[in-house]
Amino acid sequence: MSTTRRVVIEPLTRVEGHGKVTIRLDSAGEVESARLHVVEFRGFERFIQGRPYWEMPVAVQRLCGICPVSHHLAAAKAMDGIVGVDELTPTAEKVRRLMHYGQIFQSHALHFFHLSSPDLLFGFDSDPATRNVIGVAGAFPELARQGILMRKYGQEVIQATAGKKVHGTGAIPGGVNRSLTSAERVELAADIPRQKRWAAEAVAIARDYTLENLAFATEFAAFPSNHLGLVRPDGTFDLYDGVLRAVDESGEKILNDVEAGRYADVLVEEVRPWSYMKFPFLRELGPHKGWYRVGPLARLAVCERIATPEAEAARVQFDEAMGGRPGTMSLAYHWARMIETLSAIEEIEQLLDDPDIEGDDLVRKGERRPESVGVIEAPRGTLFHHYVVADDDTVMRANLIVSTTSNNEPMNRAVESVAKKFLTGTEITEGLLNHVEVAIRAYDPCLSCATHALGKMPLVIEIQDAGGRTLAEGKRNS
Amino acid sequence: MPRPRIATASLAGCFGCHMSLLDLDEGILELAELVEFDRSPIDDYKEFQGRCTVGLVEGGCANEENVATIREFRRCCDVLVSVGDCATMGGIPAMRNLVPLDECLQEAYVDGPTVHNPGGLPPGDAEIPRMLDRVYALHEVVHIDWHLPGCPPSPEAFQAALTALLSGEPAALPPGLIRYD
Repeated sequence: MSTTRRVVIEPLTRVEGHGKVTIRLDSAGEVESARLHVVEFRGFERFIQGRPYWEMPVAVQRLCGICPVSHHLAAAKAMDGIVGVDELTPTAEKVRRLMHYGQIFQSHALHFFHLSSPDLLFGFDSDPATRNVIGVAGAFPELARQGILMRKYGQEVIQATAGKKVHGTGAIPGGVNRSLTSAERVELAADIPRQKRWAAEAVAIARDYTLENLAFATEFAAFPSNHLGLVRPDGTFDLYDGVLRAVDESGEKILNDVEAGRYADVLVEEVRPWSYMKFPFLRELGPHKGWYRVGPLARLAVCERIATPEAEAARVQFDEAMGGRPGTMSLAYHWARMIETLSAIEEIEQLLDDPDIEGDDLVRKGERRPESVGVIEAPRGTLFHHYVVADDDTVMRANLIVSTTSNNEPMNRAVESVAKKFLTGTEITEGLLNHVEVAIRAYDPCLSCATHALGKMPLVIEIQDAGGRTLAEGKRNS
Repeated sequence: MPRPRIATASLAGCFGCHMSLLDLDEGILELAELVEFDRSPIDDYKEFQGRCTVGLVEGGCANEENVATIREFRRCCDVLVSVGDCATMGGIPAMRNLVPLDECLQEAYVDGPTVHNPGGLPPGDAEIPRMLDRVYALHEVVHIDWHLPGCPPSPEAFQAALTALLSGEPAALPPGLIRYD
């Protein structure tokens, strides 16, 4: 007789998108298994087939409202290739980079202050009624306000470059459709000193949290892994463009600076029956050894330096704390994420200081090509957009590997490790279950992004109106 | 007098409407002084804590779980608002309504250039909800009191709609705040 007990955390909260965790315990209260399931799907890769290629930067960004700029730019980079443009005008490249750094800044601030800070400030098992950004505003009003205004600044940078804070239209195949006005440039530049100071303070908060809780953090969802990210050909950190590099747990290169367009030669995604999100791995190493982390922790593991001074100093300190090796602690993601936030505001400062940002040479044209890949470092990790376009300018095939998908295996390992360590042989409380969510939140998953692929058979469902009349009946094939 | 309660949810959407609500910036803290936030993905209430004056739901219905959630919102909220183009019309996710499902499954889980799937079957497990035959706008599933269009609706539109609804007025927005992008 089976006496397995099933514990479910659903819906996951303070993460973007739809996921749930199931934990199975045996009769002795030992955790047998724990899984993160992604429970929604969309179908973008198929339903955009037949659409004109120039729609991709605006259509596909509807995958995600938190990081729409990432999809907007990855699709636009792919479309640069389709229209035969290998190098943008200086203004176009800089406007796009400014948009991207604005996005990194707002998305990281949102994640740290709005979504994760309640766990770090109040404790994982604090009262769920105040474990949110309003609760933070009550207890730490200045900090909450700072977080809100940092996110606001990033959104304003996006608005100036994309025309709109959420789902903008600034990037087009071969360039951009706008640059900054002098007034926009002056206004954004005026707030730089304050934003830089706040970003540096946020690095200090995340650093101190990690160092003060180091013993705990090395026991909480900590495990070695491979790491993957883009770097410039000389190994410098770059969030907009570069070559693919992966390192193993000791920091040895296992993917040695592969041109991003060759991603399909080196990466594969495994399908497992219990989640709509696939499990990527490095082809050469196979599914058991080839899985890897992406995002802030991984980017600091693969890069050799950051180009801007304050973020580089913070990186050196981070690297020392990690013992000069790639990070193993899921909780160290927060610190790495704030270092990236600091680097983003330093980049924004430099771009606002550059006259090209007001230039009017916006678009280039070239010879049409049938196929192209656009890769970018989204806030949550490396993002791949790959399109094949027919002679009539409609999309024939599309393949998307979104950032969060690459962290699927690491997040599942984090969930299992926390469940086994904290839930075994004890009364399972809400606070303990929040520990599992804290481990997931460290990766800042975007489960909406990750569910672009379509799956599963349809279900029989009867849809009724408020008066009980049947409006429609669905079918199920399986 | 207890403060009115607001609940929010994101179904088959992208979370962008929630982002636009957060684009009220400091205004979100002012709103929190006037209302009590109930069940929402931005806090840790996983179930309704009480009867809500207003429910804001972004995204349409694409699976059985979305349907259960919107029905629960209908039961627990006095005024239910479909927020954004996905909730009001199905939006971009409803583009899948034009495509045979078998082709989608084949593309995503078997034929894709980076798929590794020796079994050749798409995901299927008791733990993941079953999909609907197509994506539905929310008003096709339950009665909706107000529609707030836009991709996403602007923070000003949220502000105007909430101000009206919380004081029991109709959420009749001026033309400048209504858009379908």
